[in-house]
Amino acid sequence: MAANVPAVAPVHLAGGDLRSDLRAVKVVWRRELLRFFRNRLRLLTSFVQPVLFLLVLGTGFASLAPSGGAVNFKTFMFPGILAMTVLFTALFSAISIVWDREFGFLREMLVAPVRRGAIVVGKCAGGATTAVIQGALMLLLAGLVGVPYSPSLLLTLLGEMVIVAIALTALGVLLASRMSEIQSFQAVMQFIVMPMFFLSGAIFPPSNLPQWLSVLTRLDPLAYAVDPMRRAVFTHVSASPALQARLNGGITWDGWRLPIGLELGIVVAVAVVALALAVWQFSKAE
Amino acid sequence: MSALLPPVDAATGRNGSESPPVVVAVSDLVRHFGDVVAVSGVSFEVGEGEIFGFLGPNGAGKSTTINMLCTLLKPTSGSAHIAGFDIVREPLRVRSHIGLVFQETTLDDYLTASENLQFHAELYGVGPEIRTERLELVLSMVGLADRRDHLVGTFSGGMKRRLEIARGLIHSPRVLFLDEPTVGLDPQTRAHIWEYIHELRDREAITIFLTTHYMDEAEHCSRIAIVDNGALVVVDTPDALKAMIGKDRIELQVPDSKATIAALSEQFSLQATVSEGAVTFHVADGEEFVPKLFARLGQPISSIRVSRPTLDDVFMTYTGRTIRDAEASTGERMRNHPRMRRRGGR
Repeated sequence: MAANVPAVAPVHLAGGDLRSDLRAVKVVWRRELLRFFRNRLRLLTSFVQPVLFLLVLGTGFASLAPSGGAVNFKTFMFPGILAMTVLFTALFSAISIVWDREFGFLREMLVAPVRRGAIVVGKCAGGATTAVIQGALMLLLAGLVGVPYSPSLLLTLLGEMVIVAIALTALGVLLASRMSEIQSFQAVMQFIVMPMFFLSGAIFPPSNLPQWLSVLTRLDPLAYAVDPMRRAVFTHVSASPALQARLNGGITWDGWRLPIGLELGIVVAVAVVALALAVWQFSKAE
Repeated sequence: MSALLPPVDAATGRNGSESPPVVVAVSDLVRHFGDVVAVSGVSFEVGEGEIFGFLGPNGAGKSTTINMLCTLLKPTSGSAHIAGFDIVREPLRVRSHIGLVFQETTLDDYLTASENLQFHAELYGVGPEIRTERLELVLSMVGLADRRDHLVGTFSGGMKRRLEIARGLIHSPRVLFLDEPTVGLDPQTRAHIWEYIHELRDREAITIFLTTHYMDEAEHCSRIAIVDNGALVVVDTPDALKAMIGKDRIELQVPDSKATIAALSEQFSLQATVSEGAVTFHVADGEEFVPKLFARLGQPISSIRVSRPTLDDVFMTYTGRTIRDAEASTGERMRNHPRMRRRGGR
């Protein structure tokens, strides 16, 4: 071959096999992280918002709510704010697919010789990773609100955040698959993200609520993620049984308190169903 | 690689010595959108190393055909093979053998040029041992090597298009599809893009399949398919197409128009008219006619101009209207069926 003859990439019959799918997952995941770390402003704003909720709103409400010892309303809110951080970051990442569609990059991904499912899984993995990173940053504030830096507690919370981040990103990608314009993003925020947040028990206990509200909280998948996280926090702080009952009543079905395993199982089920539906939506060729 | 290819025969546009392997084979491809027939049974073949142009007005079915060939759209009926793979049954294999450059950009503005290429190379399974080399090569081919670490968001429209062409090549596809590669670019950038396309065909053993609705751009192709109302009207080389409609136009500046017209009629049985101050007539082969004219006309001539028919004339001859008129009438059809236009299209 002459010197100026280009190197021709070997012809690969890639496509459809597991290796190229895994490679696609990795590539799409890495792009999400590249974009996440490149956008410093977004990193900062998604950090400031939960901090405001926790330190300003939490301090304000602390005087109204019962407290005892080191445990106060901020301690109660902490797991809720972790969930909120994951919720906002995960949905925002997922819905960036709508931006990708608007600016054409989605097409670049969808025409690649890999199964569409791999692209969707990569997108979910990327969104979930950024959400967990953002949540982990919040975890650093534990000491400010009377939550001890116990390794087992931090690992438990981190693990629970991973599960909920995957579920929420999958849900977001599923929503994005049906959205064709950026304008719908506002609607998703108002009709899905905010109700999910308010009904999750993140900022008030889901027990002892009026009938209508308690029905709604039980329909919110995020509630089944907040409760296990709160229970983990309350096993690591000293709170009187009375205080526990007020703040950590948890979710009950007809008076039966759900075990943590079942709660997390519900979140996992949401993740699996949403992911499967999202893959199916994107795999449908025109 | 160019040395390995047989020379291209100027008359047919096909490689001369032996028939090149067929890379794109399309057989009776049909696509409906509801009750609208966007593509109504097109068949053609494209040989390796050709620059094959799909020429037609907006809405003629060019993009629909390209989308089917790229496996983005399922045909209603008919079949097509790219590099030997069936577009319906083996879409992933087809995709790994084609490069695509769309009308609208599909780059990530928040990544650098080389990150965009890296993403593509990995997604298409270009091995790590060759990736850097390919990336370097395609970037320098389109003159963007020094911008590799700049965010794509800072690029001009022409630079983005060049980067997309580079990206479409990084996995060494057999066929590069260019959907209106120069639309929305200034004339200078358009000329540059064409230089890249020609250089590309010479350097890589690649077939180029492009759509255009610019008549002047179709001249760059080895063969042209004229598409109108979802059907192929004719397929041939630009020269053959022009020869088929025949006649060259000859314009003479003469001191005495009447005497010249009379002499033309007498000596050559040609009917000439005065058009814009010049004696004008049509003959089959203008350049060979000129010496005969000089020898036998017997009238002074102050200047002479021979012009070949243009593709505009060709389109007019085959469809009975200019491409401009055709676009005006299909515009209505397209507006009523938004699915015929692509998402995020112009």
